Amino acid sequence: MRELLVISGKGGTGKTTITAALAASGPAKVIADCDVDAADLHLIARPHQTVTTPFYSGQRAVFDKSQCIDCGLCQEKCRFNAIADGIRHRPELCEGCGLCAFICPAGAIRMEERLCGEWYCSDSRFGPMVHAALGIGEENSGKLVTTVRTESNKMAQEHGVEVILTDGPPGIGCPVIASLTNTDLALLVTEPTRSALHDLKRIAGLTRHFRVPAAVALNKADIHSGLADEVRAWCHTENIPLLAEFGWSDDCTKAQLLGQSLVEYRPDAWRPVFEDLWQKLLDLP
Amino acid sequence: MHIAIASGKGGTGKTTLSVNLAARLNRTGLRVTLADCDVEEPNSHIFLSPEWTREEEAHAPVPRINQERCVGESCRICVRECRFKALAWMGEVMEFPELCHGCGLCMEACPAGAITEGSRVMGVLSHGTTGSADNPLHLVSGKLRIGEAMSPPLIRALLEEMQTAPYADGIVLRDCPPGTSCPVITSLEGADYTVLVTEPTPFGMHDLRLAVETLRLLGQPFGVVVNRDGMSAGMDNTALDDWLRDEDISVLARFPYSQAAASACAAGSLLIDALPETTGIYDALWQAIQGNMPRQQAGGAGNA
Repeated sequence: MRELLVISGKGGTGKTTITAALAASGPAKVIADCDVDAADLHLIARPHQTVTTPFYSGQRAVFDKSQCIDCGLCQEKCRFNAIADGIRHRPELCEGCGLCAFICPAGAIRMEERLCGEWYCSDSRFGPMVHAALGIGEENSGKLVTTVRTESNKMAQEHGVEVILTDGPPGIGCPVIASLTNTDLALLVTEPTRSALHDLKRIAGLTRHFRVPAAVALNKADIHSGLADEVRAWCHTENIPLLAEFGWSDDCTKAQLLGQSLVEYRPDAWRPVFEDLWQKLLDLP
Repeated sequence: MHIAIASGKGGTGKTTLSVNLAARLNRTGLRVTLADCDVEEPNSHIFLSPEWTREEEAHAPVPRINQERCVGESCRICVRECRFKALAWMGEVMEFPELCHGCGLCMEACPAGAITEGSRVMGVLSHGTTGSADNPLHLVSGKLRIGEAMSPPLIRALLEEMQTAPYADGIVLRDCPPGTSCPVITSLEGADYTVLVTEPTPFGMHDLRLAVETLRLLGQPFGVVVNRDGMSAGMDNTALDDWLRDEDISVLARFPYSQAAASACAAGSLLIDALPETTGIYDALWQAIQGNMPRQQAGGAGNA
């Protein structure tokens, strides 16, 4: 089985557009959306949910105000500002550490299991799909990402397919690390901008840190030729294969508006491009 | 006064807006600091080219066990109480600092006073200035260490830094990370007003809804900036505009879609320099922010 993860460091480089186009071409696969915080792939894949599972992770402090003696100890000791003005609890800031419950002299605080979101097994237009929605302001996105990955693996086995294609989250923190560890290949989507190049270097550092092989796709390659050359030169120096370059195209927006992938929107122009990218991805050692 | 600049989705133009608004306000004589809270991928410095004046490591608290004082296997209360599995019993108490949230429960719980607070490096906080010598634009930027999973502690450290002079009594713009989970929540904490940047695409709108839900959950005031308005490619803003009107959300400013703006941003230039005609939009945006802010805060800013 081969797990291919599409990430970018910076948001807005075209990760989901490229993932959707890869989903609509290439070999039979399971697709997974690990951007659980702001998932967008479902807008194109239009999955039909077959199983919805609540996602519980960690705990949350629950206050019984009738027991509270207004000692203020919980507010004083909480390091996350989750308790304000005496005992007004701010669940969005609660890390679920349990310190307040532990120290409360009146037994007015207890810890409760925390519902953080849900995840779905679905049938999509591009094959079986696993995706999720983190609750607003919830944490533990790393664990939800891990759940999505575990389930997509199971699903791939059930369906007897060899490839898992995953849309990753932006950044380099916990959800990205959870998406990246032990995956087979990270496709880094970048664009020729100062910001994207800066973030590309950081995300490449992260892939090296976790010893995951990386390749680059340069999107909107023609928006700045000097910076595009810099990206190419950097890939060469770092010995990271530059597998594809795409020019800026309003097809991306037009396809998005219709809820289509590029490959469906204009097959004559885009299918060969993404079939070629698949070939290169699968040919990598 | 703290103004957060956020968006559900990445790539909508948060940083572009933050750096240009910061530079514009600074040039009109206001005291401005830009706090780059996107510590996973900080980009503001690329546009502001500050002269870095100070750089310090930011540390997160982690437990340090004094094995001599530890009561040992019969107790293990620290191991039992830690909800993050940052402490384990392996013949003695062992720390796993990268799992530690720094809550301090183990120290409170230890009956033997065997746990003290050590620290580990989360990343660095950098201070820089740009602009004129008599009213410099301050930039404070956090950079998460590669491989470090948790960004909120570093964001908190950065915002704590903002409580002190010379930043405290001026305008602080916070360039926030994308999404709606803990890094964003941490970045929005205590902001007086939030500007949500969106773009009129299905992805942009979908993620804007999540961002709006987040702000409503937090009970904080906000308004929306529509970036790449009337995009070429036959882009139609009707769906977005209708939704904003139905939800009674103020549109603070609209920035037209422009190839020239995209190129200037790609090169790392400020739009107010590369395309001076945009300056007026930033001025109007600032007026709109002040007009939309709850009276108390807007008044407070005037007195500061």
